[in-house]
Amino acid sequence: MHLWLPMLLASVLAGAGTYGVLARRNAVLVLIGVELILNAANVMFVALGAADDSPLQTGQSLTLFIITIAAAEICVALAVILAMFKLQGHIDLSAPPLLTSPDDEEANR
Amino acid sequence: MTTRDIVFAVIGVIASASAILAVTTRNLVHAALWLVVCLGTIAGCYVVLGAELVALVQVLIYVGAVVVLVLFALMLTRSPIGPNRELASPWWQRILAAVLAVSVAVLLAVSLVPLVGEGALESKNGDTKEVSAAVFGTWVWPFELLSVLLLAALIGAFALAKIAGAGLVRTPKRTPTREGSAP
Repeated sequence: MHLWLPMLLASVLAGAGTYGVLARRNAVLVLIGVELILNAANVMFVALGAADDSPLQTGQSLTLFIITIAAAEICVALAVILAMFKLQGHIDLSAPPLLTSPDDEEANR
Repeated sequence: MTTRDIVFAVIGVIASASAILAVTTRNLVHAALWLVVCLGTIAGCYVVLGAELVALVQVLIYVGAVVVLVLFALMLTRSPIGPNRELASPWWQRILAAVLAVSVAVLLAVSLVPLVGEGALESKNGDTKEVSAAVFGTWVWPFELLSVLLLAALIGAFALAKIAGAGLVRTPKRTPTREGSAP
C-alpha cells in the first residue's frame, strides 16, 4: 500500500470542501463543504494509522471521535439553520442581515 | 502498484469526482445525493486501508444519519427542487473560491505526499478487537467526554429550536393605523 494515494485523496477532499464553503450561498450547502473537510481529516488519520503500529490505535480511535464530533456539530448547525429560516424566511448567507425586528420598524414608522 | 493501490485509486477517483460534483451542482437535492456517493466511497477507502470498524461507523453515521439530516434540513427550509439560478453566487466569488480551493489542495498535496514517503508498506491498522480494546482502555475518558458532548449538542439544538419557535421570532403584526385609532 502506498500512502501517497490517501494523502492525495485527502487534499482533493479538503480543496472541494473549501470551494463548497466559499462559493455556496445556501447554508445547508456550506455545511456539506464542512463535512467534506472533516472527511479529508479522517482519511488522513486512517492513512497515517496504517503506518503506525502502536497498540493505542491512534488513527482509528481519533477518526471515530471525529465522526462523533461531526455528528454533534451538524446537529447544532442544522438547528441554527432552521432558526435562521424561521427568523428571516431564507437561508441565503450573502443576504444583508436582519438588523431590526418588524416591531421596531413599526414603532419607528 | 499493488492490488490495494489499484482498488484505492479507483475508489478514490470516484470519491474525488463525487465530492467535486457535490459542491458544484446547482441542484440542491443532487448535492446531498452526491454527498452520499462521496461518503460511501470514502468508507470503501477505509476498508482498503484495513480499518473496517471505521468504515462501518462511517456508513452508519455519515451515510445513514448525517445525509438524512441534511435532506431534512433541505426539506424544512423549503429549498427548491430542481436547478435554481437565484441561489447561484456571482462569477467572481466562484472564481475566487476555485482559486483558493485549488491552492489549498495543492498546498496539502505538496506538503503531505513527501511526508509519507515513496515506499510501500503493509497496513498496520488493527482489527475491531484491537480498536475496541484501545477505545475502552486508553481512550475511555475522552470517549466518556464525547457522550457529554453529544448530550450538550442535543440540548443545545433543542433549545435553539425552541427559542426560534417562540421567543425571538416576531411575525409582522397588523397594528391599527393612526387614522383608524384616532377619535
